[in-house]
Amino acid sequence: MIEKILVLEVVLPLLAAPVCVLVRHPRFCRLFSLGVVAACFAIAVALLVEVRGGGVISYELGGWPPPLGIEYRVSTVNAYLLALVTSMALVVFSFDSRGGPPRVPEERRHLYYAVFLLCISGLLGIAITGDAFNIFVFLEISSLSSYILVSLGGHRRAVMSAFYYLVMGTIGGVFFMLGVGLLYQATGTLNLRDIAARLEPSLDDRGTVLALALLVVGISIKLAVFPLHHWLPNAYSFAPPKVSAFLAATATKVSFYLLAMVLFTIFGAPFVFEELRLQAVLLPLSILAMFLASGAAIFQTDLRRLLAYSSVAQIGYMTLGLSTANATGLAGGLVHLFNHAVMKGGLFLVVACLLYRVGSVHIDALAGIGRRMPLTSAALVIGGLSLIGVPGTVGFVSKWYLVSGVLERGWTAAAVLILLSSLLALVYVGKVVEVLYFRKPAETQPIDHVREAPLGMLAPAWVLAAAAVFFGLTTDWTYGVAREAAELLLAGGI
Amino acid sequence: MSSETTILVALLLPVLAAVSCLLLGGGLGRPNLRDIATPLIGACTFAAVWRLAGDVLAGGRPELVLFEVLPGVELAFQVEPLGLLYGLVASGLWIVTSIYAAGYMRGHHEHNQTRFFTFFALSIFAALGIAFASNLFTLFLFYEALTLLTFPLVTHHGTDEARRAGRVYLGILLFTSISFLLFAILFTWRLTGTIEFTPGGILGADTSSGMVTVLLLLYAFGAGKAALMPFHRWLPNAMVAPTPVSALLHAVAVVKAGVFAILKIVIYVFGLDLLAGSNASLSLMTIASFTMLMAAVIAIRQDNLKARLAYSTISQLAYIVLGAAMATATGVLAGGMQIAMHAAGKITLFFCAGAILVATHKKKVSELDGLGRTMPWTFAAFFLASLSIIGIPPLGGSWAKWYLMVGALETGFAWQAAFLGVLMLSSLLAVFYLMPVVVRGFFAASPSAGPSGSAGGDRKPLAEAPFLCVAPLVLTALLSLALFFVAGDLVTLLNF
Repeated sequence: MIEKILVLEVVLPLLAAPVCVLVRHPRFCRLFSLGVVAACFAIAVALLVEVRGGGVISYELGGWPPPLGIEYRVSTVNAYLLALVTSMALVVFSFDSRGGPPRVPEERRHLYYAVFLLCISGLLGIAITGDAFNIFVFLEISSLSSYILVSLGGHRRAVMSAFYYLVMGTIGGVFFMLGVGLLYQATGTLNLRDIAARLEPSLDDRGTVLALALLVVGISIKLAVFPLHHWLPNAYSFAPPKVSAFLAATATKVSFYLLAMVLFTIFGAPFVFEELRLQAVLLPLSILAMFLASGAAIFQTDLRRLLAYSSVAQIGYMTLGLSTANATGLAGGLVHLFNHAVMKGGLFLVVACLLYRVGSVHIDALAGIGRRMPLTSAALVIGGLSLIGVPGTVGFVSKWYLVSGVLERGWTAAAVLILLSSLLALVYVGKVVEVLYFRKPAETQPIDHVREAPLGMLAPAWVLAAAAVFFGLTTDWTYGVAREAAELLLAGGI
Repeated sequence: MSSETTILVALLLPVLAAVSCLLLGGGLGRPNLRDIATPLIGACTFAAVWRLAGDVLAGGRPELVLFEVLPGVELAFQVEPLGLLYGLVASGLWIVTSIYAAGYMRGHHEHNQTRFFTFFALSIFAALGIAFASNLFTLFLFYEALTLLTFPLVTHHGTDEARRAGRVYLGILLFTSISFLLFAILFTWRLTGTIEFTPGGILGADTSSGMVTVLLLLYAFGAGKAALMPFHRWLPNAMVAPTPVSALLHAVAVVKAGVFAILKIVIYVFGLDLLAGSNASLSLMTIASFTMLMAAVIAIRQDNLKARLAYSTISQLAYIVLGAAMATATGVLAGGMQIAMHAAGKITLFFCAGAILVATHKKKVSELDGLGRTMPWTFAAFFLASLSIIGIPPLGGSWAKWYLMVGALETGFAWQAAFLGVLMLSSLLAVFYLMPVVVRGFFAASPSAGPSGSAGGDRKPLAEAPFLCVAPLVLTALLSLALFFVAGDLVTLLNF
């Protein structure tokens, strides 16, 4: 039974998109897509419960067994990603943006929902499929739809950022495609497990090394690994606020999964981290991301750009967890996927609330808002504390295991650097909090008319803020699952 | 009521106080009820902690395990002697402080009183969480919570000065706790695989002495609330807060959280045996001695009364660190005792400073000439408390100093005499920074006319501060007298 509904995870949103286009009624589309996303979430949770503890569910598309047909295969690793993407999608979809800002014209609203659903099915497809070419297809579905979503931002520069994102994303996609091609040439199969079984990577085999290089660089562009992150700050700051929240919470996370899968499942930890020593590149880049991107965040005057740069820094934490290549560190990186999704998603929803009421999230416009919008601001404070990694929040859980993993590896200096870099988060979060609560509003920008955000916006933002605390104190379903996933990945499984 | 429930009740009562503050002060608009409710709930909290005392004295260690946060890391509480003492001090003095604060905040016409009382109660919650923490994670959780919850109190006035002070406050406290304390905790976790406080310590006897030194210093500086130099600047900065905050939090709950953490880590993470006689012990003793003397010298030069008291606190906290660093039973006893003795003394001094501010709007020592005659109760209390801080019998502080000197002699170091000298010199310096206040108050001639052109020319100077301000400070002054006679109980309690 469960393998039958597995395929619905991707098919539901994929089919729901054209339904939206056909029906065209904006209110129907909104509720319908919310329902579809809720169903996807329910399926993902059911899958996660089913595979927790080492189970695997496999589904052969069209009844064709692999390696001829496409196999959908869910283990703890995939189920964790599915649950992450669908839960974030559910929260974001329940956010009632009241048509704006920016305003997508009423008569084209249904297209917006359709594209959004396509994006979700693309992301879910990447996480669920066990076929390399199929991954590429879903990667393009999700990427193309996210370019469209970003371009809807309303601002003139939204189109430009979407175009830049498109160019970078396409380069990444092409790299990925070439990598898959080389793997196909080397192994004669596209099924991931078959590739992993047949591939015997060695440093002398130029083809495989090149394939690895192409795949890693291609995915790194999509993941916005420093210094390939330039598309991200613009895309996140000019996209519609709901889209920023969704992309920040999910898109890069799926790319991270892809990277981990390529490194651990296809090429295997012994080759990548002992023979090739990828950590010699990945670790310095991660640390640079943590410091330079956090440093850049400090100097941003737009809250969305600030959060976007912070995302680049947080991706640095994730890749740092990857480069430890031990269970604790990798689990720290994986659990940070969810933890960062919760806090950054929540913060971008807060941004959406602020944009709706204040009209701008420029730091000067936010002076004194803490008193006018106390609940929204409190949610921002919780998200900010989590970014710093204060105990009792999800950020602390991530940091705990990342530092533990790094120490296990014997990299004491890196452990110190992780902790020091979280102080940079203290600076940029502190800057925003100070403006919200202490700075007097400018005479030219009276804020007397500003009221608390409506419940339909506030509630989703607070769900994520509460989750940031809840999962900071109970980690069985976050760290517990991430640990299982990490052990599975290290063993070369998926 | 089982001891488990008692712990939970003691922890949750301050939260209840915060909620009732919000409801009564904010929602319902009944500030009088709010200011009655807080001391009442404070008294209940104290009673709850007191209930645990009998059990602990009998050798019991009441426990409460809430849930597992990370595999092998629980949110859990356990009441042991030191925590009990700190809990009693924090909750007991909270009662008087909340009465005092009601008088002070009204007398001084402060704004946002409800917010103030709410965060105040929440800070006590965090302090009790630290007191009862049974592992390093729980301790760290509440330690950080205390920093964050006191931040709105420090920046209460919302002025540029308060904002700057708030930055220094958060900056130093979070910097030290994240980069040193958390690192040390994680390192301990890595070395031993546990972070439970265990009698006798969790670090193996085979830990290299270099490692022990590094860890001890990381812990000592990481507990930035202990205000060891050079990470002490947050404390004088925190003095921009309203005086009740300086009194309870920055003389008792917050700063004691730092030294309490150090004491507890020395006893239950390192174990006295591992530390005693090691270089680690000596290096921390040296740092503590330096802080003790340096801060005392700076205190003498401060004209602002609260700043002077703040530096005095830094100096007095170093006594506790010194006691902990000795890593002997006597040293730990002296440290624990100083927690209680200094608390009673210093809170009185701050209450007096606040009372003087409310009554005369004077902040500087040089302005206090002759005030003792118009405010006799306040200055008498100041005098008693000063004696306790200096360490003169028959006041409580003398016992802490006594045991500290005994402890210094007991350590096996060749320089034991040097530490004895440091202690004596520090007491002498305390005379120099505290006594001038009393002398000016009682003996100097009051300036015949007030400073001309002051804003309220028609305002008659109050003889004393409001009753609600004076009664608590008299009470705490008497408490530091009474503590001299119950020191025996403390010796029984802190028998490590």
